[in-house]
Amino acid sequence: MAGLSTKPSAKEIWAWLEDVPDPEIPVVSVVDLGIVRNVEWEGDDLVVTVTPTYSGCPATAVIALDIQEALRRRGVEKVRTKSQLSPAWTTDWIGEKAREKLKAYGIAPPAEGARCVGDLKNPIVECPHCGSTATEQVARFGSTPCKASWRCRDCLEPFDYFKSF
Amino acid sequence: MTATVKTDAALFELALRMGDNALILGQRIGAWCGHAPAVEEDIALANVALDLIGQTKMWLGLAGELEGKGRSADDLAFLRDARAFRNALLVEQPNGDFAHTLMRQYLFDAWHHPMLVALKSSADKRVADIAEKAEKEARYHLERSEDLIVRLGDGSAESHERMQTALDALYPFAGELYAADAIDGDLAARRIAPDLGEVGKRYLASLKSTFEEATLKAPWDAATRKGGKQGMHSEELGYILAEMQWMQRAYPGAKW
Repeated sequence: MAGLSTKPSAKEIWAWLEDVPDPEIPVVSVVDLGIVRNVEWEGDDLVVTVTPTYSGCPATAVIALDIQEALRRRGVEKVRTKSQLSPAWTTDWIGEKAREKLKAYGIAPPAEGARCVGDLKNPIVECPHCGSTATEQVARFGSTPCKASWRCRDCLEPFDYFKSF
Repeated sequence: MTATVKTDAALFELALRMGDNALILGQRIGAWCGHAPAVEEDIALANVALDLIGQTKMWLGLAGELEGKGRSADDLAFLRDARAFRNALLVEQPNGDFAHTLMRQYLFDAWHHPMLVALKSSADKRVADIAEKAEKEARYHLERSEDLIVRLGDGSAESHERMQTALDALYPFAGELYAADAIDGDLAARRIAPDLGEVGKRYLASLKSTFEEATLKAPWDAATRKGGKQGMHSEELGYILAEMQWMQRAYPGAKW
């Protein structure tokens, strides 16, 4: 695609980024997850600041590439992604809309509030299949760094819980 | 000028010590992938290893930046020899049985978490930023390993015995984590890193309460085995590096 004649505004770019899915959980976008921290022009370069979810998450590198590619497809020629560690990513940045999307996809959304202290051990998690809160943790880790394995004692289905972090 | 060089050198050591601990332990527990006694534990070990390797990238990336010789985190991980590694002896100890792996993990996590909490207030913003990120992961690791120490220590006769054997073997390596040398003293004086003695007090208090709950007895008076932080390692590290580095040594610059 040919270059754009005028620079798109940060607002437009944020809207375009809403269409960039997370590579592991494609039902939510990188904006939904709260990992895009800033969008700004540095001269003719567009700089997108991204924060990692977990420091070793293999999706981090893919996310940076996906963002660059999506913006190039929109005609932005010079795109750079920058990593920012602080403030550290928290699941509190996952919006209400995204929580609903996760649930519809079969992943229990993270418990709300800054629940990383102490009571992370005993969150009350609703089964994404039947809505029961009679659920229990099977393992503290799961299929990706951001999830834990749970099961429902009512409908007996296993499910992923997006860890409150 | 001399003062600046000295400052960077101590900070460089701190970044190597934190990074090498994470790298070597990550490499060690990564070896369990596909071999753990239960699939949930297999996944847990691989996930903890992944977090630690991610943290390694941040610490060794900072070390390379501080050194200013253009070495990347990968260069530091794959092209240094054993004597240039700064990890504590604890993390290079063999995996042994699952009890040894868990005990080594707990003895590390119980120090790693309070250490990172303290580093969040580092006078150096780069250190504070990495600590802020890594601390959340370390807290999750600690919750898991502490829980398992109690469950297996206060478990069946066999699990208790295996955990006690592992504790007897590994406890002597715990003291190195909070034994301060001149570099630590210098960093603490400049508020870049905490007073390790203080971290050690908190560490020992949490070990005492966990082991009591787990019905395990630590050999509290055992002599401390140390030297890794200064580059004096056990023979174990050489084998780890041989496995970890052979590809880059055989095919320099090979890319994934």
